[in-house]
Amino acid sequence: MSSSIPIRPAEHFENLERQAHAARLGMWVFLATEVLLFGAAFALFATYQVQFPHAFKLGVEHNTKVLGSLNTGVLLLSSTLVATGVHALRAGHRKVASWLVTATIGLGLVFLVIKGIEYGKHFDEGIYPGGAGHWFAEHHDRGLAEFWTLYFGMTALHAIHVTIGACVLGALLSSILRGRLGQENAHRLEVGAIYWHLVDVIWIFLWPLFYLA
Amino acid sequence: MSTTPLAPAASPAPEASHAPGASPRPVAHPSYLGVDTTLRSWLLTTDHKRIGVLYLVTLLATMALGGFFALALRIEHLTPNATIVSAMTYNRMFTLHGVIMVWLFLIPSIPSSFGNFVLPMMVGAKDVAFPRLNLLSYWIFVAGSILVLLSTGIGGIDTGWTFYPPYSSISATAVPLALLGVFIIGFSTILTGLNFIVTTHTMRAKGVGWMRLPLFVWSIYATSIIQVLATPVLGMVLLFVVVDNGLGWGLFDPARGGDPVLYQHLFWFYSHPAVYIMVLPGMGVVSEVVASYARKNPFSYKAIAYSSLGIAFVGFLTWGHHMFVAGMSKFDAGAFGVLSMLVAVFSAIKVFNWTWTLKRGAVALKTPLLYIFAFLFLFVFGGMTGVATASMSLDVHWHDTYFIVAHFHFIMVGGTLTAFLAGLHYWFPKMCGRMYPERLGMLSAALVFAGFFVTFFPQFLLGNAGMPRRYFNYPPQFQVLHIVSTVGSWVLAAGLILTAFYFLWSLRWGAPAGPNPWGSRSFEWRTASPPPKHNFRREPPFEIDPYDYTQPLPDEVYQ
Repeated sequence: MSSSIPIRPAEHFENLERQAHAARLGMWVFLATEVLLFGAAFALFATYQVQFPHAFKLGVEHNTKVLGSLNTGVLLLSSTLVATGVHALRAGHRKVASWLVTATIGLGLVFLVIKGIEYGKHFDEGIYPGGAGHWFAEHHDRGLAEFWTLYFGMTALHAIHVTIGACVLGALLSSILRGRLGQENAHRLEVGAIYWHLVDVIWIFLWPLFYLA
Repeated sequence: MSTTPLAPAASPAPEASHAPGASPRPVAHPSYLGVDTTLRSWLLTTDHKRIGVLYLVTLLATMALGGFFALALRIEHLTPNATIVSAMTYNRMFTLHGVIMVWLFLIPSIPSSFGNFVLPMMVGAKDVAFPRLNLLSYWIFVAGSILVLLSTGIGGIDTGWTFYPPYSSISATAVPLALLGVFIIGFSTILTGLNFIVTTHTMRAKGVGWMRLPLFVWSIYATSIIQVLATPVLGMVLLFVVVDNGLGWGLFDPARGGDPVLYQHLFWFYSHPAVYIMVLPGMGVVSEVVASYARKNPFSYKAIAYSSLGIAFVGFLTWGHHMFVAGMSKFDAGAFGVLSMLVAVFSAIKVFNWTWTLKRGAVALKTPLLYIFAFLFLFVFGGMTGVATASMSLDVHWHDTYFIVAHFHFIMVGGTLTAFLAGLHYWFPKMCGRMYPERLGMLSAALVFAGFFVTFFPQFLLGNAGMPRRYFNYPPQFQVLHIVSTVGSWVLAAGLILTAFYFLWSLRWGAPAGPNPWGSRSFEWRTASPPPKHNFRREPPFEIDPYDYTQPLPDEVYQ
């Protein structure tokens, strides 16, 4: 661990406290945007589910509960680790924080691998977005095409968010390792962690919709 | 209303002493323009003022392009059948006119240019909260715009600016590229809104409480809330249309159980509030200009401030009025109708406040105020026809006719564009340190107003008589009104071209402006014109209200 470089606020801020306040508020406003982005997708899902309850039930039953639930566990654990990492950094334990953030990123990758295995399974069975593939030759229920389109669309968008979140945490990890991020400006890690929690929370909603309902 | 200008206050005389002689450089301290003059320093700047100028220049170019399409459309309608272009080209032109004017000009117009330039000064800050994000937002905007323009190069799009499926899902034109462009521009809108919200909350200088903010800040704040909350919904449905068209996903394809009307719901959930993204900042400009030239505090500061938030809130609950003929229960139609009319209540609160402020004030008639008069007349006209179309029984008759086209142009052009031009004249001295020629300004304002009215008033009559929008051919009995409308568009264009010329002239040869040529009390005028890099070299005490004209102008310039 390199020694700490003195940390000053950006020149247009009076002090670090105000800068931290601005960063936090900025992230929360951004989360509002994200919620509305996925909110639109959830509205689409809800409408189609009401129109085609039978097809959506078939689709959910076809998904592998174990993999979806395993992924839920992976993300929940990762969120816990990054939250602990923020506390560690605030307390001045840079080394602990850096390990916790590394583990979080690792779990994010595990999530993506499991998600990829699932996609591979669907493709093998002949399930593609838009009702393409031989699976749909045997399953004719109206609405199945829309279920799988929404499944691929929403989980892929979520996977993109996991990737972005992992990149953000990676950049913050590099800052910790280079001594630019420490106790005084721990808010930066906090802001990244808040984003990671959102990614987690969105999955908490996707999980029941696509695996349990 | 008294139109006698208060001679000493309205003339630049009291401040002229700050600009010794006719020196082109008003202060020794380098302005934001003079700090660094390389191209790189402009393209990679994080100074909110420079980013505002970059936006302004880009937006004027996109407006000119959208205007070019508009003129071509009007020429096409000089005769009932083909005049200069084919029907397919006509479809592409009205689509591009709409897409460019909505997303490449009107949405970012006032917030991204003037908002970026003056908002930080109005809250007494050195910059926005996230300057690098601000620069990123500009370049995202440029990238998205380039995609939209590229789509023009490879065949354009012919869906209309609303991109309704199922047609947009199957159209063979460059739909995916153009929609991706709009999607990317959405990020820029969101980031700018986010920056303004955080700046207003966290960057206010000591002494600038919420109730001491210039009203322009309130309107930009309300706009930003809409930008942040509505834009992602559009982004989501546009993405699905992109994959519908490009990859055949068919989410809105009725053959696979898809619901095109669902697209309309989500599209208008964004696109109706988007109207307030366009017009609320214009209302902010009106508040600033009215107070400055009436030399009086607004009749009710709080009513104007809170009604901005009211419009932003109610705006989210009105989208259904675009879909009265798309299949909707009577109860829904009634609810959406009443909620839509609520917007008119908040708007009227503002209009009465402005007119009463003018009536009680000592008016100095300058070009920006002339544009505000145009705004008030056209906005009330457009707003009242909006109330009429918000009732289902009338809307069924007018839906998809020129009546609707005329109505929204009265708001978009008659409202937002006139406010944009008012703001351009009002803040030009602050941005460049030079004055525009007043007489030419007034002449072009008159041309713009007259040209606009002659272009769009006949379209109300056309629509009421049954002329459908987006039709290439029309029955011969409509020709006279179409010709009047086309001639009007030439007058409007003449006014705008004249404006472009004298602004270019003023950049070099305009009279030096001095810090505060309008004698305004608002905070952005308490520094030099053009301002130094960090806006105020010393922080002003902000003890005097931005609309307090009861005391003499504070002499000091915090440059």
